[in-house]
Amino acid sequence: MSASTVTIPEDAIRWELPSRGRVAMYGLISAESAIFTIFVVAYLFYMGKSLTGPRPEDVLHAPVLLSICLLSSSLTIQFAVAALSTGKVRAFSLWWLLTIVLGVVFLGGTAREWRHLIYGEGLTLQRNLFGTTYYSLVGLHAFHVTVGLLALSAVSLFTFRGQVSQQHAERVEVLSMYWHFVDVVWVVVFTVVYVVGR
Amino acid sequence: MSTESMTLPMSDAAPRPLVERLHEWVTTVDHKRLGILYILYALVFLMVSGVEATIMRIQLIRPNNHFVSPQVFNRMFTMHGTTMIFFVAMTVLLGFANYLVPLMIGARDMAYPRLNAFSFWITAFAGLLLYFSFIGGDGLYGAGNAPDVGWFAYAPLTSLTFSRGHSTDFWIVSLLLSGFGSVGTAINIIATVLCMRCRGMTLGKMPLFAWLNLTMAGLLILAVSPLTAAQVMLLIDRYLGGHFFDTQAGGSAVIWMHFFWIFGHPEVYVLVIPAFAFASEIIPVFSRKAIFGYPVMVAATVCIGFISMSVWAHHMFTVGMGPAGNTFFVLSTMAIAVPTGIKIFNWLATIWGGEIHFETPMLFCLAFLFQFLIAGLTGVMLSVAPFDWQLSASYFVVAHFHYVIVGGILFTLFGAFYYWFPKMSGRMYNEKLGKVHFWLFLIGFHLTFDFMHIPGMLGMPRRIYTYEPGRGWDIWNLIVTVGVFFQAAGVLVFAGNLLWSCFRGRLAGNDPWNAWTLEWSTASPPPAYNFAVLPEVKSRRPLWDLKHPEDPDWHYE
Amino acid sequence: MLGFSEYVRLEADLPCIKPHTAKARKTMSNLPAPSRWIVALGVAALICASAPVGFGEPAVPALSPTNMFAPASSQAQSILEVSNFVLIITACIFAVVFSLLAYAVLKFRTRRASPGQEPAQVYGSSQLELAWTVVPVLIVGVLFLATARVIADMQQPPTTHDAIEVTVIGHQFWWEFRYPGRQVVTANELHIPVSDPAHPTPTFLTLLSVDTDHSFWVPRLGGKTDLIPNHPNSMSIDPHETGLFLGQCAQYCGTQHAKMLLRVYVQTRPEFDRWIEEQSRPAQVSGTVSEGQRIFERTACMNCHAVAGTPADGRFGPDLTHLMSRDTIASGAARNTSESLRAWIEDPGVLKPGSKMPAMGLSDSELNAVTRYLETLH
Repeated sequence: MSASTVTIPEDAIRWELPSRGRVAMYGLISAESAIFTIFVVAYLFYMGKSLTGPRPEDVLHAPVLLSICLLSSSLTIQFAVAALSTGKVRAFSLWWLLTIVLGVVFLGGTAREWRHLIYGEGLTLQRNLFGTTYYSLVGLHAFHVTVGLLALSAVSLFTFRGQVSQQHAERVEVLSMYWHFVDVVWVVVFTVVYVVGR
Repeated sequence: MSTESMTLPMSDAAPRPLVERLHEWVTTVDHKRLGILYILYALVFLMVSGVEATIMRIQLIRPNNHFVSPQVFNRMFTMHGTTMIFFVAMTVLLGFANYLVPLMIGARDMAYPRLNAFSFWITAFAGLLLYFSFIGGDGLYGAGNAPDVGWFAYAPLTSLTFSRGHSTDFWIVSLLLSGFGSVGTAINIIATVLCMRCRGMTLGKMPLFAWLNLTMAGLLILAVSPLTAAQVMLLIDRYLGGHFFDTQAGGSAVIWMHFFWIFGHPEVYVLVIPAFAFASEIIPVFSRKAIFGYPVMVAATVCIGFISMSVWAHHMFTVGMGPAGNTFFVLSTMAIAVPTGIKIFNWLATIWGGEIHFETPMLFCLAFLFQFLIAGLTGVMLSVAPFDWQLSASYFVVAHFHYVIVGGILFTLFGAFYYWFPKMSGRMYNEKLGKVHFWLFLIGFHLTFDFMHIPGMLGMPRRIYTYEPGRGWDIWNLIVTVGVFFQAAGVLVFAGNLLWSCFRGRLAGNDPWNAWTLEWSTASPPPAYNFAVLPEVKSRRPLWDLKHPEDPDWHYE
Repeated sequence: MLGFSEYVRLEADLPCIKPHTAKARKTMSNLPAPSRWIVALGVAALICASAPVGFGEPAVPALSPTNMFAPASSQAQSILEVSNFVLIITACIFAVVFSLLAYAVLKFRTRRASPGQEPAQVYGSSQLELAWTVVPVLIVGVLFLATARVIADMQQPPTTHDAIEVTVIGHQFWWEFRYPGRQVVTANELHIPVSDPAHPTPTFLTLLSVDTDHSFWVPRLGGKTDLIPNHPNSMSIDPHETGLFLGQCAQYCGTQHAKMLLRVYVQTRPEFDRWIEEQSRPAQVSGTVSEGQRIFERTACMNCHAVAGTPADGRFGPDLTHLMSRDTIASGAARNTSESLRAWIEDPGVLKPGSKMPAMGLSDSELNAVTRYLETLH
């Protein structure tokens, strides 16, 4: 029996390209990472170089509880995304809200810490190099948390209005990538400021 | 595979009112229109910045001249550099990328059309903000006006102590905003190229233009972000009492230099890689041969992208880094010459054995080859740190980088204008005037920038509003200034030609150059939807396959 | 490894492509090539004109007093040697590649005879591409090693304690020179002793700044090094010839960056010692100009300027104790004559707009008095 060739119809050859939401979010994360890197480099460079004023070892206390809150929020957002991808909108809504709450707790705790540093220890942005680099780096991160929380809240709002369903799972996942990025940055900032820097 | 576009039936007779047409342009999200907006914006600022350069050259035509005051001169070089980099070069190159990338990969638009529009408008606003400083720069002490701190704005000259008023703030904020715009476009380009290629167009089958713009976009994201960070730090210093660059508080002026040049050096590769992209499309078509060594061209470009992030401190050889630091940056800078040289050889090999047609786009690209060779070699000279200890911050460096930017980038840009003008406007430009432009500009370019190397080697620093007689610099400065007028004449001929041809040029048709990439398969200008039916490709030159069905590229790739 | 032929479509296989027929050379009328020859010749001439007369021999600085190709110190000489090396290498690369490009442009221009037929399509060649990768890498290797050696030699710390120590402090827009071991403070004109190559007596400069970035550049004596606040730098000069060497600030420092000129007087050892001795004496104050001195001290001049041996001890501006021993004023911007000194004091903004010295609004008689006083400060 002679061999015969099999023609594969063209449509059967799949043409799949990456999702543009994911690619664009990776692009954004790269850009933001580069910005954070520069602030981290400035922090490291100026460690120990302040001419006066409170030093990190004198005034900084590692915010362990807050970090646990923020890092758990990565977990809860994962659960939320998993729930939505299987269509469980209510579960998604609850996990998502919990993420926001944890994020708000983190910001609130940071605000409390700063109040103590400014009024209790006299460490301001103008005080010395440590003050400048500390508030800039931690503040830049807090700013990104805030922007993230605004985006997450918008999604919560849409969910309460019943406009979010399983078909949006991919978009919500892309947003969760940003949130994970913010958490990873916190791990770096925490290590540099509270571990290495003291 | 159908590659013809459908002509929509003409709608009713009366032309739409001007307001409506303008409104369409202002609210457009079509990549082609945004591309044209970017390009026109860049052309306007090219003229403005050219005037700034002319003012400087007239001031320097002879020693102790009094054409403008030192304050005005210092603003001129600051604004000239800032404008040319951010509002001419970046905008025009992103404009061409915007216009061509979706067409070349067989897509209908960019991945994020609204982000595209936002990026353009924020960049456009930023440029206007920068120029508003001429009127609005006065601060509390009346000490403002346009920024005068140089385009790299070294600390601590930019601190409030030494730059009172708001001139520096205009520089900072306008570049921050335009940075957001360019990062947005870069993300858009990456998403488009990775996610929206037509069927069959694997990454290895994309036109080199798409590959090189992809590389440029990735580099842009990594390069502009450090500048954004540094400018935020500078704002914190100036307005929140920070000490990032405050040397009195123990801060470092050198770290600004590091941050700036971590941006500044990859930035020039962001500018030159699209120029390579133009050359890589034009040279093959006018030599009637495929590009030689496509995979190596891609690899070399990506290499250049990576290495370019490691060379920045060759701008800082005189700053007092130790021998280890200096030596490392000598090595990385010399290393980048290798992939760059490889590209020149590949273009040479493309021409070799071909049939060269000397239309205007090719004339400009051929001049680019010779001139970029010279520019690269003066770069190698500067990479030798001890030689750089003499030449740094002198007119030799000014000559070198203008050789790259004007002799390299602007020449390929002119080539690109002439090459794609028929596609964008539907009409041919006047070939004779194109050649007049070429010759005028070539003569002017060489008069100015060849001879500019000499005062540098004779000790003339840059950024000086006047100089002493008797240093041996006078005659060279005179020649350099004379060249400016030839270049200006050339650019005027260019602008006139394009303007006239927009309305009166003969119709170009789809494919006036007998070229091979997808943009030539659709109408000139393309309809809003680009292609009636999204194409499907099998090789790097889909139109070659159509025109040579007995001998298509995909037999050989 | 795939060879060249694998990538080339053999012309015989393709019916639509005819081999190039030999044609008589066309005229140059359709070629842009002439300009390229002009450029090439120009650049070659440029390189030749700038090259020194001979290696190791300083060229007569007929072109310029700030010509880096006319070295007068061992630092400038080292720089020149490695510079010549790289110039030769790049000139050779240029000659080769330029010739290939020019040849290609000439040889492969369109012959009118065959429209619609495309030449042989060549997609690549591994051997060629390897060759033109390996050769540049080798060239880079050689160049790098040569450069690294020169950097290591030039940037090692000084080994001699016969060095003259000078602290250079950059200001907007003038140079302060202090000789720490010798109690000498002066401005804008640096005096150093000549150095015999056999027994070097280099001058070791410590470079500081009080305000913005500056850069010390005297091309015939060496490369430039920046003066950066809070970042002390150092450099060493051992000049081989006596004479006056010119330079100027080479890092943009503000409005009058252009007129922050440098004058370096290289003197024989006895002359230098005598200069030091004169400069370390306090000012000779004469009774007959007490009017000018009184104005100087009452009109805030002394807040910025110092005159040793008098109450004036300001540090913001140049030390004027031995003003008359200098050839120029205003950091080299004007000659040190009566007229220019008087004009300078009257309104510094005329000669150097943006200078930090304010016009004090003195009357004519006051100006005359102060100028006469300053003219006694030898």
